[in-house]
Amino acid sequence: MNVVRRLLTAMVVVFLVAPLVVVAVVSINRNRYMDFPPEGFSLHWYAQLWNDVGWRDAITTSLLVAATSAALAVAIATPMAYVLCAYHIRLAPLLYSLGILPFMLPPVISALGALVFWNSVGHSGRVENIIVSHAIFFSTLPLITVSLAMEAMDPSLPEAAQTLGASPRTTFRTITLPLLVPSMISGYAAAFVLSLNEYIIAFMVSRFSVVTLPIKIVNDLRYGFTPTIAAVAVVFIAIATTTFALFARFGNLLRFLGADPAILERQR
Amino acid sequence: MSELRRPSRGTWAVLAFPVGMLAVFFLVPFGIMLATSFYHRIEGGFYTPAFELDSWRRLLHGVFIERTLFSIGICLLAGAVCITLAFPFTYFLTRMRRRPHVTLLVLIMSALALSEVIVGFAWSVLLGRAAGISNILVWLGLMDEPAAYQPSFLAVLIGLCYIAFPYCVLTLYPQLTRLDPELTEAAQTMGASPWKTFWTVVVPIGRPIIVAGFLLAFVFTLGSYLIPAFLGRPEHWTLSVFISDQATFNANVPFAAAMALFLTVLSLGVVGLVTWIEGRTRG
Repeated sequence: MNVVRRLLTAMVVVFLVAPLVVVAVVSINRNRYMDFPPEGFSLHWYAQLWNDVGWRDAITTSLLVAATSAALAVAIATPMAYVLCAYHIRLAPLLYSLGILPFMLPPVISALGALVFWNSVGHSGRVENIIVSHAIFFSTLPLITVSLAMEAMDPSLPEAAQTLGASPRTTFRTITLPLLVPSMISGYAAAFVLSLNEYIIAFMVSRFSVVTLPIKIVNDLRYGFTPTIAAVAVVFIAIATTTFALFARFGNLLRFLGADPAILERQR
Repeated sequence: MSELRRPSRGTWAVLAFPVGMLAVFFLVPFGIMLATSFYHRIEGGFYTPAFELDSWRRLLHGVFIERTLFSIGICLLAGAVCITLAFPFTYFLTRMRRRPHVTLLVLIMSALALSEVIVGFAWSVLLGRAAGISNILVWLGLMDEPAAYQPSFLAVLIGLCYIAFPYCVLTLYPQLTRLDPELTEAAQTMGASPWKTFWTVVVPIGRPIIVAGFLLAFVFTLGSYLIPAFLGRPEHWTLSVFISDQATFNANVPFAAAMALFLTVLSLGVVGLVTWIEGRTRG
């Protein structure tokens, strides 16, 4: 059993890490073409990410889309999670499903829906379309994090505030909202990272006129490989890993992923 | 929350923004998509309002049925491979000490967040002729000449497994952390080997979440666009590729809309099945 456990864990780690290692190796190759074993060491391809106008524009567009769409996603999800958890609403399960649904369905469906929507209102191929579509698609993530925080909240805290004479509005502003902030931040971070990486919705909504980083990578790959693509992949991997490592360090990653609170006590 | 308050007028006002956003930017596009599927297609990428069943009729044609069966087949296979590996892996993971536990979760989350663009690209490098596995084997003297393993069916399957495996782990994780450690301890105190405990205690208890995780992985891989497009030949394309290809390059939006609605029904059916299984095990 022990052997099986070690072997399986090792296999999984190798499987998940192997392609990333190969990409990292390719990205520091001095040669313009892919080689193995690599010849020489160079950070030239990383510099090009910033010096080349095409790449720099794609990076700034992607950062803009991810930052604003994640903020909008949190703005959509937080009031929804709060009301659905704090009030007795008969339609609550239905409304919650509506919030989860876009993310559950294959993204190509949201992508095509957004495409025909923006076509029919005559406003296609704009960057704000991608922002709105990403916000809707990824609002599921803050919806889950904030709902979990609502369920975990000690009900005596807002009750105490109300007993002491605070109005519901004041209670929300001074007690509930500050307690929800960590879950809003983790929801924001998850939506941000996934938006940065999203391709198919951005591609179909952009109608070839807005170029985000994943779109730029795919466009470039059509004309063949460049080490710059490997460099950008490494940057992506670094951003994702750093975000979740910080999450694990400062937030409660295990709880966010739905672990039984008891397990947090058991394993120290 | 112990007692749920009754909603006031202000409550509905608070709810108006999120529900309004979801209605306008998710439900309305769905309605437009439904309408578009009946529209008349004009050659060259346009369509005009009409009521025609042409696009829906095309769903009964050989090519579409073949694509559907292929997509379902490869995604079921990917789901099966992933759940077979992910279930024992996640079980072991939940029993690890804190440090490796969190480290592996960070790895899993990072892999999950990776763009399909990067997963597809990384595997095309790894399975390619220029800087991949075969070059390592040549370098080690195990092979004479580097070979390319993509595009191929196997490459698409590996890519799909790569994106679905972390997803599988995360769907199994919450339930497996709730598995009472006393159950397995009891089995072992009574003399069962760890293997026997795993097969006779853990797997039977986990059966509903295994089925649910498998079906969710199936829907998740069904949504993959870039993996089949990057790592496969056109005969390895799944419905997602086919739909966006029809919408963008072939410019047949009505047909793409009909296919997207079919895919919606298929995915919702599977998700409904999962909800039903979960409801049954809880009740």
